[in-house]
Amino acid sequence: MSVGLHKRKLKLLLAGLILTLPLSLFAEDDLPTVPKAKEKATAEYGCVNPVSDMRKNHMEYLLHQRDETMRRGIRTKKYSLAECVECHVSADKNGDYAKFGESEHFCSSCHNYAAVTIDCFQCHNDKPQSAYPSQSSNKQSLPEGHEKFASNDVLPSGDAK
Amino acid sequence: MSHKESSQNTDLSRRKFLGSAAASAGLTIVPGVMLYQVAQAKPDAEAVTSKVRWGMLIDSTKCSTGCNDCVTACNTENGLKGHNRPETDVQWIRKLKVTDKQTGHVMSLPMMCQHCEHPPCVDVCPTGASFKRADGIVLVDRHICIGCRYCMMACPYKARSFEHEVVTDQKTWAPRGKGTVEACTLCVHRVDHDGTPACVEACNKAEHGAMLFGDLNDPDSEISKRLAEYGGKQIRADLGLNTGVRYQGI
Repeated sequence: MSVGLHKRKLKLLLAGLILTLPLSLFAEDDLPTVPKAKEKATAEYGCVNPVSDMRKNHMEYLLHQRDETMRRGIRTKKYSLAECVECHVSADKNGDYAKFGESEHFCSSCHNYAAVTIDCFQCHNDKPQSAYPSQSSNKQSLPEGHEKFASNDVLPSGDAK
Repeated sequence: MSHKESSQNTDLSRRKFLGSAAASAGLTIVPGVMLYQVAQAKPDAEAVTSKVRWGMLIDSTKCSTGCNDCVTACNTENGLKGHNRPETDVQWIRKLKVTDKQTGHVMSLPMMCQHCEHPPCVDVCPTGASFKRADGIVLVDRHICIGCRYCMMACPYKARSFEHEVVTDQKTWAPRGKGTVEACTLCVHRVDHDGTPACVEACNKAEHGAMLFGDLNDPDSEISKRLAEYGGKQIRADLGLNTGVRYQGI
C-alpha cells in the first residue's frame, strides 16, 4: 500500500513539473521587450506588411532589396534597411540611442533572444539618420530623398504599434 | 576570358548596337520625347540602364594646386575618417601634383576610381563583389566582399582602399565596415536621385569648375559636347580600359 501511494505521489510530482516547466520557460518576464515603432508605415497594419509576416520574413525582404539596390540601383523605400531603422530605432528619455547588441535596440531585442547573429550593422549604421541633427545644416548638399534622414523635425507621434 | 566567351560578347554588343541604332532612328522622329525622358530623374522603382554612362571630365588647368575641397567634400559626404596613418587610411579621392622635371611645369589633378568600361578590379574579383553597374559605375558589393584585396592590386590607378578598423556612425547612404575594400562610388546615392557627386559640387562651389559630371552616352550633355570639341585624355589609355573619367590639360 505504501509503495502504491509513493508511486502516485511521484506521478503527481512529475506531472506538476512537466506542467510548470514550459510555463517558467515562456514566462512573461523572459520574453523580449520589443521597442515600439515611431509611426505606422501603413494604415491597415503597423508595419509595411502584417506584423506576423514581417516577423517571419523580414530577412528575405531585406536580402532581396539589398541586391536590387546594390546591383540595379532600385531605391524603393518599402523594404529599405535605412527606413526600418529610421522608424524602429528611437531615442530613450535622455535622447540616447541604444546600440545594436543592447537589448533596448529594436533589432537586437529579438535577435539576442533568438540567438541569431546578424552582420548588418558591421557596415550599416544602427541609428537612424535623424539621430544626427548636426547634419541638418548640410541639408542643401544632401541628395534628394535623403532630406528626411537629416531633418531635425519631430516625427509624428501616435499610437504606433 | 576564353575565345568562345569573347565571341559571344561581340555578338551581344553587335546586337545591342543594332538595337540602339533602331531606337535612335525611332527617337529622331519624335525628338521631344527623348529630351523629356533625359530631363526626368530616375524613378526609385526603376533599375539603372546602359542607356546612360556616367562619366567625369576633369580640367587640370582649372584645378588649383593648394585646393583640397573635393577630397574634403568626399570625406564628409561618405563619412570617411582617418586614423592618422596615411599609408593605410581610406581614400576615395586624392589630389596629385605632377611636376615636369624638364620644364618645372606643375600640374594638379584629382585621382579616383576611373569607372572603366573594362575594369580590371572586376576581372580579378574571386567572389563577384567587384562589379560594374549598367550605367557604368564600378562598385564593391561589400555584402559579398571577402577583403582579399586582389582588386587593389589590379587597379592601375591605386583607387581602392581597405578598411582596417571597425567603423561606427556611418552615413546612412554610405555603409562601410571593417575588412572590406571600398572606393569612389561616383556618389551613386546622389546620382540615383538625379544629383551630382559631392566632389564636383565642392569644386563648383569653390568656383574652380575643374570637374564636370554627366552622361557620356548623351551627345547633347555638356560633358559629351566638351569632349567632342576639345577631347579628353584617359590616364593609362594604353591599357584600353575606356575610363569614364577623362582629363584635359595633361
